[in-house]
Amino acid sequence: MSLSVLLRHQFPSVHLDLAFEVPTPGVAVLFGPSGAGKSTVINAAAGLLRPDECRIEVDGTLLADTKAGIWLPPERRRVGLVFQDSRLFPHMSVATNLRFGMRRAPRGPVRFDEVVELLGIEALLGRRPHTLSGGERQRVAIGRALLAQPHLLLMDEPLASLDAARKAEIMPYLTRLKTALKLPIVYVTHSLDEVSQLADSLVLIETGHVAGSGALSEMAARTDLPLAQRDDAGALLLCCVVEHDAGRQLTRLEGGGATFWVPLLDMPLGVECRIRIPAREVILAGKPPDAISLHNIVPGKVRRIAADVMRRSVLVEIALPAGGLLSRVTPDAIARLGLSQGSPVLALIKSTSIEVLGGQAR
Amino acid sequence: MVLSAEEWEAVRLTLEVAARAVSFGLPVAVLTAWLLTRYRFLGRPLLSALIHLPLVLPPVVTGWLLLIIFGIRGPVGSMLYDWFGIRLVFTTAGASLACAVMTVPVMVRAVRLSLEAADLGLEQAARTLGAGALDRLLNVTLPLASPGILVGGIVAYATCLGEFGAVITFAANIPGETQTLPLAIYTALQVPGGESKAAELSMVSLTLALVGLLLSEWVGKRLNTMLGR
Repeated sequence: MSLSVLLRHQFPSVHLDLAFEVPTPGVAVLFGPSGAGKSTVINAAAGLLRPDECRIEVDGTLLADTKAGIWLPPERRRVGLVFQDSRLFPHMSVATNLRFGMRRAPRGPVRFDEVVELLGIEALLGRRPHTLSGGERQRVAIGRALLAQPHLLLMDEPLASLDAARKAEIMPYLTRLKTALKLPIVYVTHSLDEVSQLADSLVLIETGHVAGSGALSEMAARTDLPLAQRDDAGALLLCCVVEHDAGRQLTRLEGGGATFWVPLLDMPLGVECRIRIPAREVILAGKPPDAISLHNIVPGKVRRIAADVMRRSVLVEIALPAGGLLSRVTPDAIARLGLSQGSPVLALIKSTSIEVLGGQAR
Repeated sequence: MVLSAEEWEAVRLTLEVAARAVSFGLPVAVLTAWLLTRYRFLGRPLLSALIHLPLVLPPVVTGWLLLIIFGIRGPVGSMLYDWFGIRLVFTTAGASLACAVMTVPVMVRAVRLSLEAADLGLEQAARTLGAGALDRLLNVTLPLASPGILVGGIVAYATCLGEFGAVITFAANIPGETQTLPLAIYTALQVPGGESKAAELSMVSLTLALVGLLLSEWVGKRLNTMLGR
């Protein structure tokens, strides 16, 4: 099953020509700078904006195909949309807001009580929207969209108007939602943090075109994408908690075909989690060093070496059996180690340099 | 201050005429305001001008135009009379029509302002939740514009209580039938020694107008608070 989008539109200042296909269910994050065309994709998918040319297909259902003259109006698309500014109806209680879409939709798999519990909004049901905090409002808006029984859920920078504390408050609900509902979700953001925590697949959008798209772990470890240009460039790996060593105060994770030791985690065995390994924290070695403090010596192969002239450094893409790592080193280091494409190499990573992103409950 | 039965009749009649004028004029005003704010169509400026004409025209001229159109021999009046036996000139219904025509511009302006202030984003949200055009109008747009609609209605009601020129021209000055408060005050002033009667009726008129304005103020505030504004 998949979601495929093709969109061409001429705005006065920018020409959009975008096409991508992502697997469903799962979260596809559209990532890129403001004005790149992310919101246009969302509005076209919801039917609120009609581009010059557009074809959108979700799991075999055609929502729009301007060439074939198909254009479903928003009210008949069954596409949920969560806006950046919530847009709750001020003249209705939270409960009535939640039921607005539900009353207009055929019976579906999403149940009222389930959504209320999932989003933790039981206590808010009788309140008026203007008495809610920004984070509460966004949770209600997400619930309202879900209860309209959508085939596709669109989220247009749902956290952008919230401060860091509110973001942190909502994030666990979003990760829960993701696993609880088997729904294709398109999520727009320009925060790398949200990408790392939520994305299954990533679509990079740069001034009107798709710079690259694919599974998150592949995308994060590629040196030829704009993501690698960032100071905080790094690899993302989906891992499984396999062992807690209480005596050494360490936890063993497996992911990408490699093993990683991190400081003891408070997560049950078997749980999936995401780790982020910043490129500047990865040291390269030709042979294993002895008497060293670090725990992780990961063997891999150099897949690509990309020069980063701005930082007088190079970014090395290291292939693991399933996934990859990034390492930022100097050109001199490459020369001393004699590395080139295809050379075997060891990636040395301190256990404390590995960022473990929120786990998903069993 | 004791009013005679005749004067009470004028007060009652005034309230009735105003009520009928607003209940007929308000839906027309809401529909017009909605068309004018949400749609761009051929003849939109003309519709806007026609609706607002009574605001700038001398009321006597408006009354005279009504006579021409809704009189027994007028294009609309003759149809109403021949087909349904309805006569508007010189009747209570006619007085209400004159009041309605005079106050529709006031209501259209109030409703338009509040429709323009209503967030279009909320209508978009309603669309993505499966609400069609009429559904959105009834359940989102109108409730959001309700402060403007109600305030417009109340102000128009108070204005109707004082409508003079168009009423006397179109519906004449028939006690118990079309003689509303301002007409009764005018009549009283025409009679020698009628000053005290005119003063009493004027006080009634003043009180009603004041109550109307205070009420509109209060209702507007109340509704806006409910909408969290």
